Amino acid sequence: MTEIIKTENLTFAYPPDEGKEPVLALQGIDLSIAQGSFTVVLGHNGSGKSTLAKHMNAVLLPGGGTVWVDGLDTSDEELLIEVRRRVGMVFQNPDNQIVANVVEEDVAFGPENLGIPTPEIQARVSVALKAVGMEEFTLHAPHHLSGGQKQRIAIAGVIAMEPACIVLDESTAMLDPLGRREVLDTVKKLNREKNITIILITHHMDEAAMADRVVVMDGGRVVMDGTPREILVQVEKLQAIGLAAPHTVELLHGLRQDGFDVPLDALGIQECADVIAAGFKS
Amino acid sequence: MLKDITLGQYFPGNSLAHKLDPRTKILLTVLYIVTLFCARSFVSYGIVVLLLATGVKVSGVAPKALVRGLKPILFIICFTAALNLLYTPGEVLASFWIFKITKEGIFTAFFMVLRITMLIMGTFLLTYTTSPIALTDGLETLLGPLKKVKVPVHELAMIMSIALRFIPTLIEETDKIMSAQKARGADFESGSLMQRAKALVPILVPLFISAFRRADELAIAMECRCYHGGAGRTKLHVLRYQTRDYLVLAAYGIVLAAVLTLAHFGL
Amino acid sequence: MKPIIRVENLTHTYGVNTPFCRSAVDHVNMEIMEGEFLGIIGHTGSGKSTLIQHLNGLLKPTSGRILLGEEDIWADPKKIRSVRFRVGLVFQYPEYQLFEETVYKDVAFGPKNMGLDEKEIDRRVRSALAFSGLGEELLDKSPFDLSGGQKRRVAIAGVIAMEPEVLILDEPSAGLDPAGRRSMLENIRNYHKEKGTTVVMVSHSMDEVAENVDRIAVLANAGVVMSGTPHQVFSRAQELLDVGLNVPQVTQVAMELKRQGLAIDPAVYTVADLRAALCKLRGGKA
Repeated sequence: MTEIIKTENLTFAYPPDEGKEPVLALQGIDLSIAQGSFTVVLGHNGSGKSTLAKHMNAVLLPGGGTVWVDGLDTSDEELLIEVRRRVGMVFQNPDNQIVANVVEEDVAFGPENLGIPTPEIQARVSVALKAVGMEEFTLHAPHHLSGGQKQRIAIAGVIAMEPACIVLDESTAMLDPLGRREVLDTVKKLNREKNITIILITHHMDEAAMADRVVVMDGGRVVMDGTPREILVQVEKLQAIGLAAPHTVELLHGLRQDGFDVPLDALGIQECADVIAAGFKS
Repeated sequence: MLKDITLGQYFPGNSLAHKLDPRTKILLTVLYIVTLFCARSFVSYGIVVLLLATGVKVSGVAPKALVRGLKPILFIICFTAALNLLYTPGEVLASFWIFKITKEGIFTAFFMVLRITMLIMGTFLLTYTTSPIALTDGLETLLGPLKKVKVPVHELAMIMSIALRFIPTLIEETDKIMSAQKARGADFESGSLMQRAKALVPILVPLFISAFRRADELAIAMECRCYHGGAGRTKLHVLRYQTRDYLVLAAYGIVLAAVLTLAHFGL
Repeated sequence: MKPIIRVENLTHTYGVNTPFCRSAVDHVNMEIMEGEFLGIIGHTGSGKSTLIQHLNGLLKPTSGRILLGEEDIWADPKKIRSVRFRVGLVFQYPEYQLFEETVYKDVAFGPKNMGLDEKEIDRRVRSALAFSGLGEELLDKSPFDLSGGQKRRVAIAGVIAMEPEVLILDEPSAGLDPAGRRSMLENIRNYHKEKGTTVVMVSHSMDEVAENVDRIAVLANAGVVMSGTPHQVFSRAQELLDVGLNVPQVTQVAMELKRQGLAIDPAVYTVADLRAALCKLRGGKA
């Protein structure tokens, strides 16, 4: 499988406050993201997960090491536009990434910047809005939409640039459960149907269960990397770095301490209930 | 109370006035203002009123909405009227204390008020029937030739459209901050002018900080979507003059000529 | 227990005489008991924000009354400011309202507006900071130099410093990471326990509400559709799901176990309770 993003020994430090030593936000990240995969990056605030995300389309440039997007070195200024059209970014605050007064104009913003001919922009806008299920809002004013809808518009704006990969930098953090559901369903669908690579940065543990791969960050390093089943069952380790395992796993973990013979890696509600019930029946 | 501001408000519709090219409408508005300032007599003012009435009729905008737009400048209108009424020299009709009301004064005041209201209502008609996007697009294209003399037309248009986009967001935010400070006992309604001005600090500081944060985040978001200035940009909608635009402009040309002729003969 | 706030037939209609006219809360009746920890839950648009802004007189009812103690808070509109000191309201993302040069001054804003003397203000600022989990070393720092979580705590301290009889918090943990969320809720729980005053917490996380409050009021479609102890509310879990709300994950597991024939109380809502219930069911050998 080809890789869309690859980092090698990536380090980065923010400019320090006066009179203080710089602290490394990223301390040597080696990561490779496969084209078409769905990766969740977990970590508490300040773990470096957002800093890592911002390296994936050259919002930040490496302090040390290298980042390649589709084989392009992000620190090469000549390639900036090429990098950014391949990796789209959706941010946390839905209000601060919508540029235009009308939904369709906002979705068109990216393609307009790329100099796509008018008829094709129109086609792309309608495809993108359909892909996020917002086609009936084409002519609406964005500020009347809900948080989840605004984020879907932002996603549509990215899709209209036809990227290979979308990075969602804590895009669900400010949303209510309904809005979060909308956004997650949308990216899941894009991943499945359009084979767009998804990298979801979050601290909501339950969002990790839907990924192919979970990368956990702490102190600017990758500390865990594996499938959701491998990662989410490590209850103590997650707690130690300020995260929490889903309640279902926590329950199974407790039951095992109570002497129940249940597996740990039943992530969903149904699955969790099934393994407990099975334990009783046998 | 902040929600009452009608700045740049647009009433969607499907009338001829809505369908005209924004450039046509901007040109019409400019010509309308010229006409207004050339008008000198009842006849020519009558024509201007008739023009506006036609505009309102064609656009389907409720006249009430236009009148409401006058509210914020009611004070200026009254002040102008009073000044003209009391300080125009001429044939004295009545006098009291140090004031004299003259026949000329009454006429000047009347025409001044008429001129200001017509001016405001005419421009409101433009913003009511043209979406902010179309308006900025229109201005950008009309002013396009100025790019040759290094006027940053695209940048100005972008600034204007982003400002329009963020006005509702910032108004909402102001409301929220005000409520939050009121919840801590802030008092914006009583006290001397000085005290009231000071009471604004707890609103303005968070508002500015937030506006800068938003600007910062928006700039990054725009860059991420490959924004790199106006060069090489294409458009979702390209403006194109239709036959109706030429017809309307031609018709207006005739009216303007008529008013100018009248003005020339002192009417 | 006697009610400290009574909401009587409250209706609030936005945009009267415009095409956007709608009632955000519609004939709501509810009581908030003295000293209780009440959770208000409902999704966006259920009228939560509108309701709580009536409780401290930021919004005026279109019809109906809010009684604080025994008194209608709008009986004398000139005294509405004093209601805001008695019912403290912390908005969502309150860190965006900080404005002073130092943490101390910002927290002192409320007490100062109350007209207290310097000594009393000083006492309150220090005590409020302690309750919201901040050290005194931050007093002279600029609030804008703090981390996001610390800023939020400063903002909450700013309301606690008014020493209100009722403290209302709108989504105090929104946007925080799991550790931040946990410690924020712990601080609020401690405040409630030590102060003994009434606390109202608005949230859309069922898990969060379930683990912290004495009583839950569920808002949907501009009205209160359910209220009671977490156990009472979650025993009607299906109704919650019907109005588009979640129930805690543990409750969902218990419901499914019940459906599969296990003799489990489907309204349990904490990991520990379900664990205990399952152990008991197995025959007590832990």
